[in-house]
Amino acid sequence: MADEVILLDLWSSPFAMRVRIALAEKGIEYESKEEDLSNKSSLLLKMNPVHKQIPVLIHKGRPVCESLIIVQYIDEVWRDKSPLLPSHPCDRANARFWADFVDKKIYSTGKLVWATTGEVQEAAKKELIGCFNVLEGELGDKPYFGGDKFGFTDVSLIPFYSWFYAMETCGNFNIIEDCPKLVAWAKRCMERESVSKSLPDQYKIYCFLMGLKKKLDAK
Amino acid sequence: MDEVKLFGFWASPFSRRVIWALKLKGVNYEYMEEDLPYNKSDLLLQYNPVHKKIPVLVHGGKPIAESLVILEYIDEVWPQNPLLPEDAYERSVARFWAKFIDEKTRTMWEFFQKFGEEQEKAIQNNFEILRTIEEYGLGDKKFFGGDRIGVADLVFGMVIHMFVPMEEVVGVKFIKADTFPRLHAWMKNFSEQPTIKDNVPDHSKVVDFLKIRRELYRTSAHHNN
Repeated sequence: MADEVILLDLWSSPFAMRVRIALAEKGIEYESKEEDLSNKSSLLLKMNPVHKQIPVLIHKGRPVCESLIIVQYIDEVWRDKSPLLPSHPCDRANARFWADFVDKKIYSTGKLVWATTGEVQEAAKKELIGCFNVLEGELGDKPYFGGDKFGFTDVSLIPFYSWFYAMETCGNFNIIEDCPKLVAWAKRCMERESVSKSLPDQYKIYCFLMGLKKKLDAK
Repeated sequence: MDEVKLFGFWASPFSRRVIWALKLKGVNYEYMEEDLPYNKSDLLLQYNPVHKKIPVLVHGGKPIAESLVILEYIDEVWPQNPLLPEDAYERSVARFWAKFIDEKTRTMWEFFQKFGEEQEKAIQNNFEILRTIEEYGLGDKKFFGGDRIGVADLVFGMVIHMFVPMEEVVGVKFIKADTFPRLHAWMKNFSEQPTIKDNVPDHSKVVDFLKIRRELYRTSAHHNN
């Protein structure tokens, strides 16, 4: 009971997906507590008083917050199985740099693609494709960003694949046309059970995001 | 021994935190001052094509960009005087605060960049941010890292060489003994550390630099109204 792992979770959050993937890669058993962000639990507010956001990993009663920090924590505590970060400091720095790139660019730009219209949306589409092309440059001919092994950068990015249908439908474009390597990489990741079980169905995400969009438009 | 180079800007807290890390660990390096913002060197653009920003650390010819990534790299390659704790949970807490303060840094400068009502809002926002940092981040510890300086201290360190001069130029004071007693004590403890004390940009040079920037912001605000 003392070693219990609890995840304050949200099915639709790409950030929570990162943690679910990491836990699955390591074969860690955990309890997922689904949060309702319009009615945050007292546990969430207590465990993440600063951001009041999911995901939060609670291990041995102590909270770890921020998805990439959680993934690193998981990698360090359960170090004997499926390492997510490489061992050489140079490669680790590279993995962190690209995960940081994903954090800085993909969420905000992707959101503009499904949430806006007109000129703002067109600019966001262009920027998103640009970012994906940069990532493809980094990927090169490797199967994963981590090389032969699925790793930290892959975990940071793959949840956004669940947004593809929504972005393509709203933006009226096909990501595969401009970013074939990235889509091939995403499909490769989806063949991993840890990923396919952690990412919701893209249509379900589309419906959810359209609901969010209505709320945003109403504000 | 692989050569270490650091591309930075004298006034930037983002490269300053890397300087502090290297100095704390006694790492020899060659410093390359960049002429920002309009005259970035070809080398910098070659080493950081993605963001085109400082700081960039180049070790044995290999570039590493993004200051928090650089700090973790430095801590792994030169483990003496560690910046991160050994315990995985404590490390996650240190990383959380380094990230939080890093992300709030530019927000905390808005009081310096804005005027009128917008400035008022920015000032109030800063009080909130500092309250959070003091209560949840620092707590009753001497440093964010505990008894010794850690990565979050190096990130919050921007307060002593950038934030305080900004306060001086604008005429507002946030961290005082009666408003934020623990942060106030932290500032004293941090700035008295020999490595930190010996490696801060000259205060009056920063103030002069900031006065020029304040006027630029004022002109731009005037044109936008």
